[in-house]
Amino acid sequence: MSEYNKPLPGMDGLTREFYDFCKQEDLHFQRCSGCNTFRHVPREVCAKCNSFDWEWVRSSGVGTVYTWTVVERALHPAFVDDTPMAPVVVEMEEGVRLLANMLDCPPAELEIGMPVKIAYEAVTEEVTLPRFRRA
Amino acid sequence: MLKDKTCIVGIGETGYCRKPGSGMTEERLQLKASVAALQDAGLSGAEIDGILAFPNVGKSEAFAANLGCENLRFAATIHMGGAAPLASLRMAAIAVATGAANHVLIPGGWNGYSGARVRQTVTTDKNSIPGGAIAWDYYLPQGLTVPPQWYALMARRHMYEYGTTHEQFGAVAVAMRKHAQLNPGALMCGKTLTMEQYMASPMLADPYRINDCCLETDGAAAFIVTSVERARDLGKTPIYIMGAAAGQPYPADEITNRADFHQTGLTIAAPEAFRMAGIEPADADFAQIYDCFTFEVIQQIEEAGFCARGEGGPFVENGNIELGGNLPINTHGGLLSEAHSLGLGHIVEAVKQLRGDGGERQVKDAEIGVVTGWGDFGDGSIAILRR
Ligand SMILES: [Zn+2]
Repeated sequence: MSEYNKPLPGMDGLTREFYDFCKQEDLHFQRCSGCNTFRHVPREVCAKCNSFDWEWVRSSGVGTVYTWTVVERALHPAFVDDTPMAPVVVEMEEGVRLLANMLDCPPAELEIGMPVKIAYEAVTEEVTLPRFRRA
Repeated sequence: MLKDKTCIVGIGETGYCRKPGSGMTEERLQLKASVAALQDAGLSGAEIDGILAFPNVGKSEAFAANLGCENLRFAATIHMGGAAPLASLRMAAIAVATGAANHVLIPGGWNGYSGARVRQTVTTDKNSIPGGAIAWDYYLPQGLTVPPQWYALMARRHMYEYGTTHEQFGAVAVAMRKHAQLNPGALMCGKTLTMEQYMASPMLADPYRINDCCLETDGAAAFIVTSVERARDLGKTPIYIMGAAAGQPYPADEITNRADFHQTGLTIAAPEAFRMAGIEPADADFAQIYDCFTFEVIQQIEEAGFCARGEGGPFVENGNIELGGNLPINTHGGLLSEAHSLGLGHIVEAVKQLRGDGGERQVKDAEIGVVTGWGDFGDGSIAILRR
């Protein structure tokens, strides 16, 4: 895995915490302790009630396809061999949306509303990225 | 209120190119455009006391030192990408109307073709745009790396909800290309585009084809804002700023989790600008809509209120946005077929049209024009101008 040359998330702060759950093949989102609103991407404060109190809560891992693009021609050199690839926005059961690639669905078979479930791909020793599979 | 308190008095451009590149630094390009704007206005550099530099490509200090702006007292950079020039116009109008500055220069330019491309800067510098750090952590690792891919997410959702079609995207591309044939300075002047050619254009980031995308360009442009009184003393037809506003989608730094997925900064900004101007969108004789990609024209037509949300696709059909149509859009060819001038070209073209200097592409009896800007993850800005 040492030759993995694609962009990796900055592994610090709340982003590190999010991806550390992924490494355990577990998906967590922040939930406000003041008003129970889920949020993603991770933020310091609840935008609804401005509470600083929150906890990581396990996601059911299921959702539906909201939108996507099919990258037919990569404009980043590291993804050239992966085209066509489709980063998919999934609306999770908790209400937040998560962007990730499908592992088992060719882009031509994607449909808005399609049920999907979370999957994982360990791309380096340190980083596991969330992915999706058909539910 | 800002209505009719300030004017655009000077415009300048360098001309635009791709291969082999401008052969100039981005600073020199922008200085050339700035000097052209000063000459157009009949102003000296020493009279400029406000500068609003475009993010990442220039610093007000350097402009002032080169142009001899000895009394610089108002300087800022608005970090809204392609929405920055019109957000700067609004800020300049506020400054001039309140006495914080008398003559404000707004330059912008880049070697967007021969220098660092956007595709590189957004993936190598997480601070190149305000949402860059989030893109770095949550988009790039999934292969969503560049603007056409970000915005394709919005375009597909719009197609799903409202039935917007590839042919409607194509109508935008074809209209811009037709206009470029009347603009000798347009990079695509002499290169026509039919709907058949558009539909055969290779897919880049589905639903976006190559021909849905703007032209990476080298070049610069600039304009100057001053008071109505001062503008009347200078030689050129004063172009009045009737209304101006800027806004951001929510959240501005992250695309995927917007409750209203079709919202842009313009959704907030446009009603304010039209209210200020005291006109309806239908009163505009033309519009210069920031066309980084074809669908963004459709989206902004809707969010600016030229039609209801979901009706932008039909709006661009049947020549409606071409010269001779109900609302000619991007009479210079826009970012798609003139050049990617960071949105400054749209402002320059609006001024030319309102002065009656549109040449072959002049909109007959043009009195009121609308200009929009779009940047980063959908920041928006708008100005309503009249002669
Ligand atoms: Zn809360």
